Amino acid sequence: MAIISRGFAGRRSAADAKLPPGQYLTTDFPVLSAGPTPHISLDRWEFTIDDGNNVLKRWDWKSFRELPTETITVDLHCVTRWSKLDTAWEGVSLDVLLADIKTDLPYGMFRSYGDYTTNLPLKDVMNKQAWIAFKYNGADLEPEHGGPTRLLVPHLYLWKSAKWVKGLSLMPQDKPGFWESLGYHIYGDPWLEQRYSGE
Amino acid sequence: MTWRSAAVIGLHDETATARTIALAVRDWPGHIAGQHVDVRLTAADGYSAVRSYSIASAPSSDGRIELTVERLPSGEVSPYLTQQVMIGDDLELRGPIGGWFVWRRDQTEPIQLVAGGSGIVPLMAMVRSRASAGSIAPFRLLYSVREPETVFYRDELRALSNQGDSVVITYAYTRVTPKDWPRPAGRIDAELIASGTWPSNLRPSSYVCGPTSFVEHTTGLLIAAGHDREKIRTERFGATGERK
Repeated sequence: MAIISRGFAGRRSAADAKLPPGQYLTTDFPVLSAGPTPHISLDRWEFTIDDGNNVLKRWDWKSFRELPTETITVDLHCVTRWSKLDTAWEGVSLDVLLADIKTDLPYGMFRSYGDYTTNLPLKDVMNKQAWIAFKYNGADLEPEHGGPTRLLVPHLYLWKSAKWVKGLSLMPQDKPGFWESLGYHIYGDPWLEQRYSGE
Repeated sequence: MTWRSAAVIGLHDETATARTIALAVRDWPGHIAGQHVDVRLTAADGYSAVRSYSIASAPSSDGRIELTVERLPSGEVSPYLTQQVMIGDDLELRGPIGGWFVWRRDQTEPIQLVAGGSGIVPLMAMVRSRASAGSIAPFRLLYSVREPETVFYRDELRALSNQGDSVVITYAYTRVTPKDWPRPAGRIDAELIASGTWPSNLRPSSYVCGPTSFVEHTTGLLIAAGHDREKIRTERFGATGERK
């Protein structure tokens, strides 16, 4: 039973109805990162997919940018409670990157420059649910927002959309990534308010 | 994580826009310096709003914590917490939350704290935790504020920096300096990093907290001064000013 806060009215808007529980709308684009922003030059950049033993696929910037791309307009929901609607991105679908890989490993750990990691069930990044994004609002993605490339998985809390992403390791079992080891939820569905571990 | 009732037992204005709220939390499990809590306000019709606030107080076992809240002009929760809350009110909170931006009392290495504005709050918990634990870990604090009137915890910081084995504090004023201040008003630059922080060869752990642009700027300077990026932990506030 919630305690009523004497004299608190709150501020409600029609747009809140579109938001997951406990979120509020923002129009700016806040940044959440655990450490300094890495600056990665495109001639050093690469993206690899491995199965824990062998590298199955490797792209450098040139071969990555030769892949077919999609433009996506999606809502973002950060675990720190802001949501931003109708953000426009361009990226390569994970469906394209995983197309030639035959695997029955059901989980993935995305790896980033700066040693960040985040875990996801593979089924959550397939079928038009996840992209490796390199443009935001028509411009190259800024380093502080994850450029040159970030994962975009808009149906989960934004910490799953790993900035500065550089690879995917396929795994037989789920295991926690960086924030998931530090008290945040293993899966992170904003509509179920899965913010912290054990919720 | 369960919601706990928290009685407001003290209020103290830090600046014209920031207030410290002392709370007695039922069944509080304790915290580590640097962690935060979620605070929930509920209107009479059941509508509720939740925001996160850093804990300012040192870990203790008496169930008391302090939050320092900066009022945001367009905020939904911070105006209530800084202007309407009264001693004797009950709030709801849950936590502690966060296991990354923390200083533990068994850390003995040199610590560099860098605060921008209200980013001082979780760093103050670290300074207080060091003092209450009797730690002699070498601490330095570089604290950037707009003007002298916007310094939080001024007297306590002065006292903590005037003892043996104390915290070495350097202020940076970005808009207005105190009278006769040697350095003109301006943001932190390489020169101030060189004179006001631990040299990189001591391999300090650094904690940087403030608005996003401040964190980007100062971590860039620390890395340029030779600090390992792996030894720098950050916590950023967005343009909305809410904790991220």
